[in-house]
Amino acid sequence: MTLSAQFLWLIPALPLAAAGIGALTPRSGRKTAAGAAILSLLGAFVLSCFALNGALADPTMHATYNFNWFDLGATSLRLGFLLDPLTAFMCVMVTFVGLLIFIFSTGYMKEDANSTRFFCFLSLFAAAMLGLLVANSLLLLFICWELVGLASYLLIGFWFHKPSAAAAAKKAFITTRIGDLGLLLGILWLQHAGGTLLFYDGGNGALESSVLASLAGQTVAGGLALSTAIGLLIFCGAIGKSGQFPLHVWLPDAMEGPTPVSALIHAATMVAAGVFLIARVFPLMSADLALTTVPVHALTVVAFIGAITALLGASIAVAQNDIKRILAFSTVSQLGYMMLAIGVGSWVAAIFHLLTHAFFKALLFLGAGSVIHAAHHEQDIRSLGGLRGPMRVTFATFAVGMMALAGVPFLFSGFWSKEAILHAAHLWDVSHLPFYIGLVAVVLTAFYSTRLVAETFFGRPRSPAAEHAHENSAAMTGPLVLLAVCAVLLGFIGTPAFPWLQAKLLGQTEIHGHSLFDGAGLMITSIVLVALGIGAGWAIYGRRPRANATARDPLEARAPRLFAALSNRLGFDEFYASTVFRLNDGLAIVSDRLDRHVWDGAVRFLALLGVFTGQVNRDTDEQGLNAGFTAASEKLRDAGKFYSQRQSGEAHGYLRTLAFGFVIVLLLVILGGAR
Amino acid sequence: MSPLQICLIISTLLFCIGLVSALTRSNAIMVLLGIELMLNAANINFIAFWRYGPQPEAGMGVIFVLFSIAVAAAEAAVGLALVIAIYRHRKSVRLQDAVQLKG
Repeated sequence: MTLSAQFLWLIPALPLAAAGIGALTPRSGRKTAAGAAILSLLGAFVLSCFALNGALADPTMHATYNFNWFDLGATSLRLGFLLDPLTAFMCVMVTFVGLLIFIFSTGYMKEDANSTRFFCFLSLFAAAMLGLLVANSLLLLFICWELVGLASYLLIGFWFHKPSAAAAAKKAFITTRIGDLGLLLGILWLQHAGGTLLFYDGGNGALESSVLASLAGQTVAGGLALSTAIGLLIFCGAIGKSGQFPLHVWLPDAMEGPTPVSALIHAATMVAAGVFLIARVFPLMSADLALTTVPVHALTVVAFIGAITALLGASIAVAQNDIKRILAFSTVSQLGYMMLAIGVGSWVAAIFHLLTHAFFKALLFLGAGSVIHAAHHEQDIRSLGGLRGPMRVTFATFAVGMMALAGVPFLFSGFWSKEAILHAAHLWDVSHLPFYIGLVAVVLTAFYSTRLVAETFFGRPRSPAAEHAHENSAAMTGPLVLLAVCAVLLGFIGTPAFPWLQAKLLGQTEIHGHSLFDGAGLMITSIVLVALGIGAGWAIYGRRPRANATARDPLEARAPRLFAALSNRLGFDEFYASTVFRLNDGLAIVSDRLDRHVWDGAVRFLALLGVFTGQVNRDTDEQGLNAGFTAASEKLRDAGKFYSQRQSGEAHGYLRTLAFGFVIVLLLVILGGAR
Repeated sequence: MSPLQICLIISTLLFCIGLVSALTRSNAIMVLLGIELMLNAANINFIAFWRYGPQPEAGMGVIFVLFSIAVAAAEAAVGLALVIAIYRHRKSVRLQDAVQLKG
């Protein structure tokens, strides 16, 4: 079975229907909402598999189905759907991970009174994300992009009665909106300069050679190629959505949402949308590579932003104590890796890492959710500990996820995808700096993931909640086991010896593997670095476990200032509070002053003028015209009294009168004027 | 029934729902919602008469509706701001409680 591009819309339509059902289900019907959500996503998963089957049959093809949305004068806006291996792989990943997380949520949200709403939002999110993946038009992609942002806002603020959750939701929404402004400008500029927003359109699409050549041929301010400028604007959107430096601040705060949301949206799928977007418009981003005179290439910016983010996220993660925040900063760092891979030109390595990361990070988040659920919402790793015994399944699967994240060699998927990225970064001829930054981040990643596991699962329980923790139901452990299996197996679709995934993504029909020993030097280096990180982590946190919840962190004891700076997330939030927020406040004060003094003064002056003319009028009136008007004014006053009684102050009375008048006018029109 | 008639029936229904909501609900937000529904019923009419009217090519209907949506958004923003101000003042959003503005 295959699914042609024409019917690709069915994939997002199914969860959308489930969201509709969820919205109409009363609060008590949570089984209906959950069932609809899970069934629809199962259907979408099956359809995605059909689509993948079709796409793999001819990986060179970009099968499209375009249609006219509406015409405005001579311009017509066209939308469309696109089926190629990139779309198909992403759809299968999103639906599969999403399905497991939906099932996990039935266990996790069991006690929540509003879980109907929860499943409605989750389905809406899945629909928007899948719509984003199948779009063949930057505009359609943007619409779904914003819907994804909306769903994320709703889900982060799901427990909106907590002030911190409401604030985090707002922060996430507004911060990503800053990036989206850039994306919107890029879209408008592309429409203006290229005349089309379709990706592929039988030779005329924005990602096809004729438009790309014309875009790369024009220069704009500063000697930049037009394609570079548009590409960087589009990249702004990806910076916001994928939590890249300097807009990464929202992602850790987004952990206020329920844990399945963190797993689905803020680890596996939505934050990867930025990476997907840049991989999708890669032809546009790389259109300026042939030019030698331009000051900067778009991809160079991407590579450096990615490298900075990778290092930043990994180093901050070392000093966090909240189990979900550690994972959040780890996500920031891994997304940085993906951007780095795209920047150095290997978008297939980025997608490979995106896919493996989606599985092992969803696994880690769900494992964290399982721990949090069992330990009665205790999230501080200092208060956990010793969970290895009572929670065997969670421990085993979490350990698999951690080893995949750290990049433990050969058996785990994270190793192969990270290796692919480092290999690509090593071959980049512009600069070697991102490569070295990536190597440092490898050590840090191995270190903090070891710290996380050692603190959470080893040693003795350090709080009553951790002492009484016990394993969760099968609805929660089942998805963990499946994800753990995937986190191991998925690495083997893209090993250097048999790069099946890479070949399919690039549209090659034959697979050219090479021996594992070709890049042996690099591989041995990174294995040594991983061993170093894990060894250091185990030596510090594993051998001598923390004695009680309030004991100082060994690193804190050794380098208190550095640790404090890191655990304060290097002060980015304070920095923004003292610059951006203060600027905003200043503008508000200026407007307030303007309003109070300048505009108000003008109004006062006019009023004085009015008073003055009034005075003059009264004088003439009293002296000259007073005689015959008394009777008339009596009448006027009576009329005024009558009307003022009609003005009762009740809005409904007015509305009723309006409606009544409307009906009379309608009757007049129907009876009198209709002929 | 022609598509135009179907559109008009839908918009009439929407308008009636909005009207009833605006007239019967005491919650100011629900009244605002009702007004929005009525506006959208008018928008559907614009689109329907444009699409099935004599000149479906010129973008008049869409542009008109875009303006109308922008106006509706501004109206909703002002309306909600007023509701919030009233709520701060009287700890209630019931319209019956806000009757100070009378002659």
